[in-house]
Amino acid sequence: MLEIKGLTATIGDKKILRGINLIMPDGEIHAIMGPNGAGKSTLSYVLSGREGYTVTGGSATFNGQDILAIEPEARAAAGIFLAFQYPVELPGVGNANFIRTAVNAIRRARGVPELDAVAFLKEARAAIKSLKMPDDMLKRNVNVGFSGGEKKRNEILQMALLKPSLALLDETDSGLDIDALKIVADGVNALRGPAFSALVITHYQRLLDHIVPDRVHVLAAGQIVRSGGPELARELEAHGYAGLEAA
Amino acid sequence: MNVSDFLDRIDFSALAGPAQRRVNAVERFRAQGWPTRADEAWHYTDLRGRLKNFEFALPIGTGNAFGMMPVTSSPCVTFANGRYAETHSTTLSFVTPHGGDVACEAGSDLPMVAVNAAIATGGALFNVPNDVDAGTVFLVSLADAANQLAIASRHRISVGVGASLTLIEISRGMGEYLHNSVIEIVLAKGAMLRHYRMQDEAADAVHVTTIFVDIAADAKYESFILNYGARLSRNEVHVSLAGAGGEVSLGAAQLLSGMQHGDITTIITHDAPHCASRQTVKSVLGGAARGVFQGRIKVARAAQKTDGYQMNQALLLSPDAEIDCKPELEIFADDVKCSHGATIGALDPEQMFYLRSRGIPEEQARVILIRAFLDGALESVADQQARAVFENAIEAWRLKGMS
Repeated sequence: MLEIKGLTATIGDKKILRGINLIMPDGEIHAIMGPNGAGKSTLSYVLSGREGYTVTGGSATFNGQDILAIEPEARAAAGIFLAFQYPVELPGVGNANFIRTAVNAIRRARGVPELDAVAFLKEARAAIKSLKMPDDMLKRNVNVGFSGGEKKRNEILQMALLKPSLALLDETDSGLDIDALKIVADGVNALRGPAFSALVITHYQRLLDHIVPDRVHVLAAGQIVRSGGPELARELEAHGYAGLEAA
Repeated sequence: MNVSDFLDRIDFSALAGPAQRRVNAVERFRAQGWPTRADEAWHYTDLRGRLKNFEFALPIGTGNAFGMMPVTSSPCVTFANGRYAETHSTTLSFVTPHGGDVACEAGSDLPMVAVNAAIATGGALFNVPNDVDAGTVFLVSLADAANQLAIASRHRISVGVGASLTLIEISRGMGEYLHNSVIEIVLAKGAMLRHYRMQDEAADAVHVTTIFVDIAADAKYESFILNYGARLSRNEVHVSLAGAGGEVSLGAAQLLSGMQHGDITTIITHDAPHCASRQTVKSVLGGAARGVFQGRIKVARAAQKTDGYQMNQALLLSPDAEIDCKPELEIFADDVKCSHGATIGALDPEQMFYLRSRGIPEEQARVILIRAFLDGALESVADQQARAVFENAIEAWRLKGMS
């Protein structure tokens, strides 16, 4: 279970998160919606441990562990996965090698035997097939020369192989055509289960037609201003955020 | 140390070969003295400062040098403390070892080449006959210095018309010494030399190599240097493209940490049309290490359709590391393609976070990005054995903790 209490954070002098309260039980998928600049991406970065953000108050625990106190790699080992809004290119690093290194780093941190290259490739090929991705995705350098859609699918491929218990999807739908959107949604839905939860950050309701959330939260000016069921997303789509920000 | 003191210490009667030749070299050296930072060519590398108070003992015996012998099934031509080591060498029809008593003409106007000519104790003459593929040979230089040795080796590699050779050169040692080597390379029409060089000298050593390469028409020189060991090192490569269709590829990587200083200097002269030169030099610098790359491309008026490319990239792992980069293009022909570029940076924090967010620990993430940075330089190393030598060194560098 992810529990965020009174979380405040800044970039430099700028206050971005102004007291986030959120409880996400295991097995649930929650969506975070909100206008540009509301702090949606900041929330995902603060939870995953990116540099440049200062937590000034509050707490965030995952399964009782204070995740704000540990390194990004330790958060990954604890089961947290961030699907990047802008996946990073790694020239000179092969994708298969990268993902296997990550899988084994997490296994090592958890005291689980590492996967050899053959066992990993078998799993990776199966994941690629079920996500309807091209085979050469494993052979290429990480995200180098990938289209926007391919980069996002590569995030989902990593998620499928790292098998997180908490996924943070930061506007994974942005820049995707409808086919790619379905593939991404299928990737998330495939992991759905009692031990998997996800925080889906999005601007649009479109993605939530395919990943139906248990709860929808509206983030505005660094605070959650409204929470509801899936119907809230449709209401926002129809009426926009304008009224909420005023509230 | 001043020039006279240095020369007074050398017992020339103990050295092989016609004394006059050495005396001539001594006079050339005396006229110039040690290179100093006032010399344009040595502005970034303070060799004289490093050799101050150095003993310049002439080598006697081999100590435990053979303990550092590389493991390979390929033929080896081995030198220990600057002298030919028959016990650890393979007899090859096209290789003649010598005791330093050979004519030393090339580059005699350069001070370190003159020093080499004055005190050379050994070397090998490679003579690959026309149309012969001589395969792969290791050229090994081992040093075990109990006192401050001056080791000078002088090699000449001549590859005949249409012939080819792969040379994997490894320099290793223990103790404190100067390894000053000169290699003259002559490639006949259509010849091919792959020259891979692993500079893995002792931590307190000074390594200076000067290479002269003459490339005839349609011949190709493909080289890669890994500058890895030594307190101070300089690899200076002079290439002359004298016949149409000649090609040269100079790759280099430097992996330096602590107080190491590594210098890659290249001078490529395009004298003939339709020749290509490519240089990719990458430096990874930790601690207070300092890297230097000076690359000059000269294109003569006659060298139309020259294709010249030079790229220098440095990755600085610490705020105290430094790279000095000096590209120089002198172009007198009007129909050429010449480009050069330089980048300097630290590890990209975005890339670091991406790797760490996937569970990869910080140290491992750094290693992955450093290896990826070197990839562009290493990809030119087509030979599998040479590739393994370099990959193992990169791995060892990681293990010894680079910054």
